[in-house]
Amino acid sequence: MKVVVLVKQVPDTETNIKLGDKSINEAGIKWIISPYDEFAIEEGIKLREKNGGEVIAVSVGPDRVQDVLRTSYAMGVDKAVHIKVDDYNTFDSLFTSQLIANFAKAEAADIILAGRQAIDTDSSQVPVQIAEELGAGHVVLAIKIEINGTSAKITREVEGGTATVETSLPVVVTATKGLNEPRYPSLKGIMSAKKKPIDVKQAADLGAPASRIEVVGLEPPPPRIAGRKLEAADAAGFASQLVKALREEAKVI
Amino acid sequence: MSNVFVVGEIKDGELKKISRELTSAARKIADTLGGQVEVLLIGAGAEKFAGDLGAVGADKVLTADAGDFNAEAYANIISENVKAKKPSVVLMPHTGYGKDYSPRVAVKIGAGIVADVVGLSVDGGKVIGKKPIYSGKAYANIKVTTDIQAFTVRPNSQELGSKAGAGAVEAAAAGAGDVKVKVTGTELSGGSKIQLTEASIIVSGGRGMKGPENFPMLQSLADLLGAALGASRAAVDSGWISHSHQVGQTGKTVSPNCYIACGISGSIQHMAGMGSSKYIVAVNKDPEAPIFKVATYGVVADLFEVVPALTAEFKKVLG
Repeated sequence: MKVVVLVKQVPDTETNIKLGDKSINEAGIKWIISPYDEFAIEEGIKLREKNGGEVIAVSVGPDRVQDVLRTSYAMGVDKAVHIKVDDYNTFDSLFTSQLIANFAKAEAADIILAGRQAIDTDSSQVPVQIAEELGAGHVVLAIKIEINGTSAKITREVEGGTATVETSLPVVVTATKGLNEPRYPSLKGIMSAKKKPIDVKQAADLGAPASRIEVVGLEPPPPRIAGRKLEAADAAGFASQLVKALREEAKVI
Repeated sequence: MSNVFVVGEIKDGELKKISRELTSAARKIADTLGGQVEVLLIGAGAEKFAGDLGAVGADKVLTADAGDFNAEAYANIISENVKAKKPSVVLMPHTGYGKDYSPRVAVKIGAGIVADVVGLSVDGGKVIGKKPIYSGKAYANIKVTTDIQAFTVRPNSQELGSKAGAGAVEAAAAGAGDVKVKVTGTELSGGSKIQLTEASIIVSGGRGMKGPENFPMLQSLADLLGAALGASRAAVDSGWISHSHQVGQTGKTVSPNCYIACGISGSIQHMAGMGSSKYIVAVNKDPEAPIFKVATYGVVADLFEVVPALTAEFKKVLG
């Protein structure tokens, strides 16, 4: 069984973001694997342990994304592929999905795993777009995956509960918290990951998709409504002040 | 003509508020560009909501019934209708359903898409979507360069409009096509019907709740306010409440009008999920808790005294 796992490199949530004109200033940014993608990597490894085959981690972006591919190696993937795009527009989901779909098609992947969303753009677009481009089924928010020959039985989150779905392979699945507990890379894994080869592919080799969006500009978040601490002698005092503020000032309740 | 095509949402026989929000936003765009607003509603009994949508600006309500929700079937129906209507702008909801079908629609109709926008404006005949990025630490203004411009819009981000449209009903093409993923069973966990991501008020609890036995106290306040119940990662990881309630980076992103955080210190990861709430109330004993930096109203006190007092006070004023 061939598993392709999408791995996106994103700024650490705790990193201070400085805005450039149309992209962020990358100086001083600490980069990490987008947290939901770790569930996808773990699941890929688990599926291989159970069903055999290989797990390929793929990441789109400039040379720095090789760091997350090294981490994927350290966690246990078999192969890492870097689709090199230097002026990568992280908001252009169709650009990214076409590159990866063409790659997955060439690899004849049985299952494509990704995080439910990347924490830099929160768009939730790329995995399902890949499914559409491959003519494959997709299941989002998976919390359990069972592969049986050429079909899959997957439990996913739905609003208010869970649903069980069945589909044939190939399928694209997005991972959410609850699917597994991602393993920490072992020291041995980290050491050997340094020596493993990363297969670099150029966007031109994978169809060189056209850009379909244009970033007009970035701006800081809007200022928050000024906050204040309420003063009261006891809980009842706080309650009456708060109810008054929410009803008469904020008018939200 | 620059028509705006909206995909509305019905769930459990009810028109979701996001449908009226998107229609209102579409009306403004259509008035600027000079065009009509057409809203597609998929689901049984969709016709009866034409009046509600007309009141906030829909010129035409296209109705189709496709049985239970299926992302592939919805994507097929939506793209078929978009291709027939040739709008210049397509607005879809950034809800659980919308996130499931909108990526397929974008590919099928060959449109660039900007997802999870909270603002829509028009400049030089093109729509600009504004979206929070990097956990709300910045906002990006993005336009789409293809003929059809597609956007998904975050619930609770759009004001309801007051300009009425005709609200005429038209049966839409409803070819669900072949679907590869079939639902074989569902298990509902019960609890509140109000969904976190679409709630306009959220009452949320964190580590300060001390145990699962104290969440019913928050649930009572939530029920009284018609609010959804949320939780921080600390409360979920402690096993006090299920992950479906989790707000934050590995939980849900919410944008309610009012977020009441009880016993939540306010980690960066939590704020990433609720930072765009319009009003934030923080109840916490620790005056140094970071949540107070974003709170509109801060209450430094014991939540086990304040929450019951608050429930009692709301009972009084809300009757």
